[in-house]
Amino acid sequence: MNQQAKIFETPLYSYERHPDQDEVTPVRRPVVIIGAGPIGLGAAIDLVMQDVPVVILDDNDKVSFGSRAICFAKRPLEILDRLGCGDPMVEKGVTWNLGKVFFDDREIYNFNLLPEDGHKRPAFINLQQYYFEEYLVDRVRALEAEGKPIEIRGKNKVAAIGQHDDHVTLEIDTPEGPYNLEADWLIACDGAGSPTRRMMGLDFIGRVFEDNFLIADTIMEADFPTERWFWFDPPFNKGQSALLHKQPDNVWRIDFQIGWDIDRDEELKEENIKRRLRQMLGEDAKFELEWTSIYTFQCRRMEKFRHGRVLFAGDSAHQVSPFGARGANSGLQDTDNLCWKLKLVLDGKAPDSLLDSYDDERVYGADENILNSSRSTDFITPKSEISRIFRDAVLDLAERHDFARPLVNSGRLSVPCVYDESALNGPDAVGLPIQTRPGAPAVDAPTKDGWLLDRLGFGFQLLAIGVDVPELLEVDGIEITRLALAPDESSQFRARYLGEAKQAVYLIRPDQHVAARWTDYDAAAVFAALNTSTARA
Amino acid sequence: MAKVNTSPNIKGADDFYAELLALHEGRTKEESDAINARLILLLANHIGDRKILSDAMKKAAAAGA
Repeated sequence: MNQQAKIFETPLYSYERHPDQDEVTPVRRPVVIIGAGPIGLGAAIDLVMQDVPVVILDDNDKVSFGSRAICFAKRPLEILDRLGCGDPMVEKGVTWNLGKVFFDDREIYNFNLLPEDGHKRPAFINLQQYYFEEYLVDRVRALEAEGKPIEIRGKNKVAAIGQHDDHVTLEIDTPEGPYNLEADWLIACDGAGSPTRRMMGLDFIGRVFEDNFLIADTIMEADFPTERWFWFDPPFNKGQSALLHKQPDNVWRIDFQIGWDIDRDEELKEENIKRRLRQMLGEDAKFELEWTSIYTFQCRRMEKFRHGRVLFAGDSAHQVSPFGARGANSGLQDTDNLCWKLKLVLDGKAPDSLLDSYDDERVYGADENILNSSRSTDFITPKSEISRIFRDAVLDLAERHDFARPLVNSGRLSVPCVYDESALNGPDAVGLPIQTRPGAPAVDAPTKDGWLLDRLGFGFQLLAIGVDVPELLEVDGIEITRLALAPDESSQFRARYLGEAKQAVYLIRPDQHVAARWTDYDAAAVFAALNTSTARA
Repeated sequence: MAKVNTSPNIKGADDFYAELLALHEGRTKEESDAINARLILLLANHIGDRKILSDAMKKAAAAGA
């Protein structure tokens, strides 16, 4: 266990003086990112892999303290694969698919999250945020070693932000005094309490939930299976809920709902937390506490994620309850959406209005997350007598009758966002499978040369399934490369991309989302769809 | 637009009503509330059609107002 303590206690990006600090005229950087958390690091890796120089500023010099976000979903893992760091996460992480729901002292129902086969990545892994960040920092170091222009400046705290038409100015405090820096574009990934948002005087509006949750990350040798267990009204926490979830290194996330009217300091005393744990685990249970915290939560978002040259991503832009694992998971989908657009704008290949589609698509994603998260919270914590009566009726019925199980809501776990209404979407073809419609992320499937998603990303691609298309197309400076596939790559591939059709052509965006699709190749239609999906139409 | 059927549709209306009351006989308010909630959920699932359910909810709210 000491080894873990070291990870979040050891500076991973210590302060070092940078030549920029000695320049009389502030140096201009193409992209500056504030915050070296999961989202800031993800954005930086994505951009530098496209040869965009990036500077990450962080007011600290260590990875996240405590486990914090622990549950990473399939879509973010696919994004991490594209960024070259999915493997260490999945190898270290605890893979789980099964969830159990308890009511009072009975198991009333269980579920399997990914009954569908033919995907490289599991529905979820559990991994402490400090490992997650550590592996991202490792990836940054590897890219640095390859000579890629990426740097993390620790103990660089942004004190002031100035917005201009074509750049942003930053005043940065360091242990050796302040310096100024300029950026063509600024990405703020500085968390729910975002100092950037505050300095810019921007609103963060939403709903506060009057409840407290106690997290006890507990180290124990226990034979609970690798499943997510959720209790409504258990004997050891009457009238409230509880969650048990396994992390690597025999760390268990135990989460107790404890109500609104509490004495925080009292609840956080070690002896009181241990008393709660003994009520749950038994008087003889042997355990140590790794990290404890009490949180309250809110569901809220900024009105706009783009403010001129400043782009907000992750918790700085939107915040949800933890039920459903929609925090870090949606943040990675933000940067997945943003980085290719920013690259095209920086290269002068797309107008900067393309970045407004980041706002449109990810605000849509955030609203979906907030809706789901609010509904879960209303189920878990009924707000009135009648809502509790219905909640308990659902749970009682679910034990015996299948129909009630879809109504049980202990967190609708994060699924990828489909940008159904996006202005970037091109035409759809009648008869092709609904799950791969324009706006959806390409669904993984086995192909004869490996997993489909390992063969997609970073550029526009034309997925040619049983249709002849040119190997390379160029549309006003933007290339489209061909990925030629046979209809019978695998049964899953056929079901996910063809259905009953004999052939198809898919235009895939650099973030692996489907831009448009047809049942035959028409050059003019492909060019038009490319222009639509880059805001050039 | 699908509407909830508001014409008489239960054969033996008095029998049905008596059975509904009998269901609650001797129960506490808490037990009755729970049974009613379960009954609504069972019937709603049986109907299934979202438009009919919405229409029924609207009519239920309006009738006593």
